[in-house]
Amino acid sequence: MAFLGSLVNKFKQGLEKTRAALVGGAQGLRNLLTGRRLDEALIDDLERSLLRADVGVKTTTSLIESIRAEFRSGAITTGDQVIDFVKARLRDLWPAQDRALLGAPAGSRPTVVLVTGVNGVGKTTSIAKLCQLLRSQGKSVLLGACDTFRAGAVRQLEIWAERLNVEVVKGAQGGDPAAVAFDACSAALARGVDVLILDTAGRLHTQDPLMRQLTKIRSVVAKQIPGAPHETLLVLDATSGQNALRQAEEFQKSAGVTGIFLSKLDGTAKGGIVIAIKDATSIPVKFVGLGETPEDVQAFDPGVFVEALFAE
Amino acid sequence: MFERLSDAFQGLYRKLAGQSEISERNIAEAMGEVRTALLDADVHIDVVNAFCDSVKQDALGAHVTKSLTPAQEIIGAVHKRLVEFLGGTSADAAAAMGTPALPAATGDSPILKISPGPTIVMMCGLQGSGKTTTCGKLAAYLKKRGRSVMVAAADLQRPAAVEQLQTVAAQVEKEFPGTARVTCYAEPDKVAAYGKAVGVAVDVCRRAVEEARKTGVDVLILDTAGRLHVNDALMGELTQVNRVLNPHHIFLVVDAMTGQDAVNSAKAFHERLKVDGVILTKFDSDTRGGAALSVKHVTGAPIKFVGVGEKIDAIEEFHATRMAGRILGMGDVVSLVEKAQEQVSQEDAEKLQDKLAKGQMTMDDFLKQLKMLRRMGPFKQLLGLLPGVGSMMKDVHIEDKELDKVEAIISSMTRKERENPSLVDTARRRRIAKGSGSSPDAVAKLLKQFEMLSRMSKTMASMSGMDKVKAVKEMSKGGAMDSMVPGLSGMPDFSGRGSSFTPSVKSRFKKRK
Repeated sequence: MAFLGSLVNKFKQGLEKTRAALVGGAQGLRNLLTGRRLDEALIDDLERSLLRADVGVKTTTSLIESIRAEFRSGAITTGDQVIDFVKARLRDLWPAQDRALLGAPAGSRPTVVLVTGVNGVGKTTSIAKLCQLLRSQGKSVLLGACDTFRAGAVRQLEIWAERLNVEVVKGAQGGDPAAVAFDACSAALARGVDVLILDTAGRLHTQDPLMRQLTKIRSVVAKQIPGAPHETLLVLDATSGQNALRQAEEFQKSAGVTGIFLSKLDGTAKGGIVIAIKDATSIPVKFVGLGETPEDVQAFDPGVFVEALFAE
Repeated sequence: MFERLSDAFQGLYRKLAGQSEISERNIAEAMGEVRTALLDADVHIDVVNAFCDSVKQDALGAHVTKSLTPAQEIIGAVHKRLVEFLGGTSADAAAAMGTPALPAATGDSPILKISPGPTIVMMCGLQGSGKTTTCGKLAAYLKKRGRSVMVAAADLQRPAAVEQLQTVAAQVEKEFPGTARVTCYAEPDKVAAYGKAVGVAVDVCRRAVEEARKTGVDVLILDTAGRLHVNDALMGELTQVNRVLNPHHIFLVVDAMTGQDAVNSAKAFHERLKVDGVILTKFDSDTRGGAALSVKHVTGAPIKFVGVGEKIDAIEEFHATRMAGRILGMGDVVSLVEKAQEQVSQEDAEKLQDKLAKGQMTMDDFLKQLKMLRRMGPFKQLLGLLPGVGSMMKDVHIEDKELDKVEAIISSMTRKERENPSLVDTARRRRIAKGSGSSPDAVAKLLKQFEMLSRMSKTMASMSGMDKVKAVKEMSKGGAMDSMVPGLSGMPDFSGRGSSFTPSVKSRFKKRK
């Protein structure tokens, strides 16, 4: 966990970048809340900033209602208390044990991580980051290039693998991704690696046949390695809006998603939709991506995340 | 994709349906739901407020004419403002209120024709918005219209981006016939790790322009690397390309599923580059497309194209009035007709018409029709373009696979059977079922449906010329549609019906009559 400490710093640096870019005169909501007495107008401001962070109407309304109730009962009277209140609420939403990467049972190998998501969310880059993270923990990693659909996708993963010095199992362009998954599992077993990460093609959650393909990949993997995939990560673009909730629901149905990798949090988007997702589906966020290099990854920290929600 | 929004607007209509006048109070109440729906659709909060305010003002300011009820009045206001927020002019909106005109044969191309060429188009956007895919789709769009294209790989950052563009260009060149060629300009040796080759892209683009001039292509499309709008160095690179090459079009590629942040990034790109068009991608998802409303509002740049699928040519021109129609649940018949025109030749259509009239349609003709229809896109997407069908379809699961079965059954019939389905007896039915992997019941059902269909079309075809003209006229006004598809009668009138078509739809429909 000491490893986490250094990461929080990185997270803050990432946010700092964002903040610096946006400070242009606009006062952060945090500034607005600090040292102020709470009133209805301030609660309205808070509501707006939650909506602006993509938290969504339903979740925002329920948060705001509870704040309003606390305010009217006299339990909360200042802006600072509001921040603490929201932080506590969200921290409860994501207990620490929920956020660890799921693995194979002790003594057995490999842990299989299936990575999914809609098109363009950053699956391949996120895999490079995960790979780097696992390697820095002293684990051996093998990659499976199951995106046989998009032009250049296999090559993209290969380039990352060369840079990170790990091996890739691949199939032919246009081939059956489940067959690649099968080969990758065999290779992972034969080589005794610690972790096998499977990259899949981006697919819109509305494309039923493509979603069924994920189910097939899962069953092929499970047949070879009982209990696998141990972790199924959904990569979510932090810039996405309310639609991400539908993505989470559909991917959970077809692919049994167990965790979220929230990518592209280094921009100005806040990724507030993950709150609504936790509310509706109980899928926890496990990692966040904060840049283009393999080092730009962190374990998800709800405290820092909430802080960033209010940074404007 | 717009079901929730459509529902909210129809709810607005219903709420005001019983009111004799529009007052500050009843409109504020009715607009609340619209506001929530817009926010849920990821329209930016400032845009939502601006939109709701302007609709409110329009409605309050309007003198309720005798011919329009307050409810009709407000839907009219919503429609007008929707068109405006989506980038159309008020003239467009007014035109759309009348009979929709079919698309003219020669419209203005959304991509300028520059002489001497090439027309330079620069793509820009965030990572993962779909720039490279869109380059391929645009190339296909242009090739189909007889314009030659060179795509240039100016994304030197993302691993394998150059290979992706090369592959996509080769695919377009191979898949679409025509003399206009699609080529790719790339300098794979200039590729470098992230952040290492900033600025090199400018030279690559410059050499691409030289090459394009030399080979005389009509359109040059520059595929730039995805970048964050807060990355100063990379944004600077784009500014430089813009200054050196002075492209005729700068298109911002935006993921239709983007949330509130769409406004921040669009604004930043626009400030640096003066974007003159937006391309919305991944529009075939179930996004409610709020980005479409927001981006236009903050940049002022019109949405030119939308990406609608995995296929390499899945791109459509964007039309504000048609989109407003879709949002209001009025469908988009014009786009449907256009799609059909792309697939069916005039000659084929006339031949079929003749056969229909004589009651000679065979299973083969039917199969041909079905295949044509399927080339136009996923079935559900097509149905969504029909007035009123969009909201009806939202819970219906349509599997294109079902149509595979139909095709399989027909394919398992002999030529004689296809020409004369009445030949099919129990034994033949069993054989066909076996051959197509379906059940004899399914075969029987299909044959029965086919019989009904051909009888119906024969009746239709035997109408007198005058009757037919009348029928078509009724259709375009929505009258005929109304009896086939419950839901629409003329433009702004929603007839106060329920917004979602649950199984009770039939009874409700009867009540209305």
